[in-house]
Amino acid sequence: MSATAAAVPATVERARRRTLLGSIGVVGWICLAVIVLVFVIALIGPYIAPYDPTQSDLSLSYVGPDGGHVLGYDAQGRDVLSRLLVGARSSMSGPLAVVLLSMFAGTLLAVTAAWRRGLTDAGISAGLDIAFAFPGILLAILAAAVFGASLVAATLAIAIAYTPYVARVLRGAALKERSLLYVSALEVQGASALSICGRHLVPNMLPLIVAQATIMFGWAMVDLAAVSYLGLGVQPPDPNWGVMISENQAGILQGYPLPALTASLCIVVVVVAFNVLGERLYEAAQHQ
Amino acid sequence: MSLGRFLLRRFIMLVVSLLVASFVIFGAVYLAPGNPVSALTGGRSVSAEALQVLTERYHLNDPFIVQYGRWLGNALQGDLGISITNRADVSTLIATRIPTTAGLVLYASLLVLAVGVGMGVLGGLRRGAVDMTTVIVSAVSAAIPAFVAAIVLILVFAVDLGWFPAYGNGSGFLDSIWHLTLPAIALAISALAIVARVTRAAIREEVGKEHVQTAVSRGIPRRQIIRKHVMRNAAIPITTVSGVTIASLIAVAAVVEIAFSLNGLGSYLVQSAQSKDLAVVQGISLLLVTAFVVVNTLVDLLYATLDPRIALGSRAL
Repeated sequence: MSATAAAVPATVERARRRTLLGSIGVVGWICLAVIVLVFVIALIGPYIAPYDPTQSDLSLSYVGPDGGHVLGYDAQGRDVLSRLLVGARSSMSGPLAVVLLSMFAGTLLAVTAAWRRGLTDAGISAGLDIAFAFPGILLAILAAAVFGASLVAATLAIAIAYTPYVARVLRGAALKERSLLYVSALEVQGASALSICGRHLVPNMLPLIVAQATIMFGWAMVDLAAVSYLGLGVQPPDPNWGVMISENQAGILQGYPLPALTASLCIVVVVVAFNVLGERLYEAAQHQ
Repeated sequence: MSLGRFLLRRFIMLVVSLLVASFVIFGAVYLAPGNPVSALTGGRSVSAEALQVLTERYHLNDPFIVQYGRWLGNALQGDLGISITNRADVSTLIATRIPTTAGLVLYASLLVLAVGVGMGVLGGLRRGAVDMTTVIVSAVSAAIPAFVAAIVLILVFAVDLGWFPAYGNGSGFLDSIWHLTLPAIALAISALAIVARVTRAAIREEVGKEHVQTAVSRGIPRRQIIRKHVMRNAAIPITTVSGVTIASLIAVAAVVEIAFSLNGLGSYLVQSAQSKDLAVVQGISLLLVTAFVVVNTLVDLLYATLDPRIALGSRAL
């Protein structure tokens, strides 16, 4: 009997996961495949890069593709493909950190506000309204000016700027979940707030949290690449897609756009994949 | 809640937001590694006399909150301090760069409203090929970051076709508009895609509603239904998303200004951040945050006029 009791929630959980992934469609699966591929490249990039991404030879500046160099050389005569492969890591790890940090802080604030309601909710909501005053890029520039330009400073600044957006979306969902009957039932049974939120409320919001995180990743990718493009994030000569665009922008005026365009394409493909998948997941979460 | 109370509440929120933002902008310098003097000098070593002068001029021996109060008071009177690298008044330096940024953001906003809303209305009202085109175009352009749009526009329209200049501000009104065209498109492209998508969805939703179907069955002319029943209701979400995305352009303008070597507030902010000219960074940040918060407040007020329930009842979720 206890076996059946344990089996029922497990089945429900599995069914829920199946509907979430089952409803993203072929396009969603393609996006997921692209995302997984790019994450794998971010992990193994340095090992599969054919050349040293920082070894430059100015006599090869803006030389086109030849035998061993599939995408040619950049402004400083470095192998473009190697820089793209190695640069995937800093281009992906920044947005990942932003998403993890802002989702954690946002969920915590949203659930706290929804659980306590009343004054706590009013206080958190007012705080979020005020925090909206700082656009992510502006906060990142301010952080770079004060703490010096680095990926860490930019990542933290953008994570802080995203937190109110996450919290506002999730607060609505948490309030709705909080008002459901099972929560009061658990409260009556004497379950602690922490256990109800941790074991039931947040897991039940998971489809929305995952969808929100996916959409956020695309935004974070754009903002962090922009900050690195401005010279206030990842510092040259470290390879990064945003840095590569600014390093090779002169090539566009000189009629050799390949290095800047390939880096741009990497960013756009990843952002499209996250946006489309995020929307599919969001729709799936709404239907549940 | 009456309309008066709503306005008052919104105004108080505006003031509090600006106070907190200015506190963060001023206070950030105190979080910086090293002492405030090294922050003021950008890390350069200075003589003991210069140190004395700086300490006195910036009242560095006063408590933090007193310094903040003085800085804010001066800022409100238009005195933002002295630039360390240019040895000139920050307000003067900033003022000359405002027209470029204001022009860029305004130009881009017009594009967002005209093209974004236009595309959304077209896709929302028509079905078939027109709709499919708007859906695909907006899905792709929503994912194009401003700096990517900038380099592609420079490549195609400045280098290959030679229709527009690739960089610089230009002089005179028409020449400035000429120079701002590609930057404005680069700045507007992802924002207008977002506005187009929300517009299309809003119109689709209104068209499908019962009161619209009733109006159709009663034989009211299509134009009138669209104007009075569809557009009027769809205007609420369209206004919100347009306002919020237009406000977000204020910060992204920095990226576009750097890409096109425009001499605006954003590019000056980035240069000052790189050279650690903190008085300029504080001044421009304060100005941009103020613009951002004021635009957002105006959007909220517009939203409340379009939808009286917002001011009267509780906030919509």
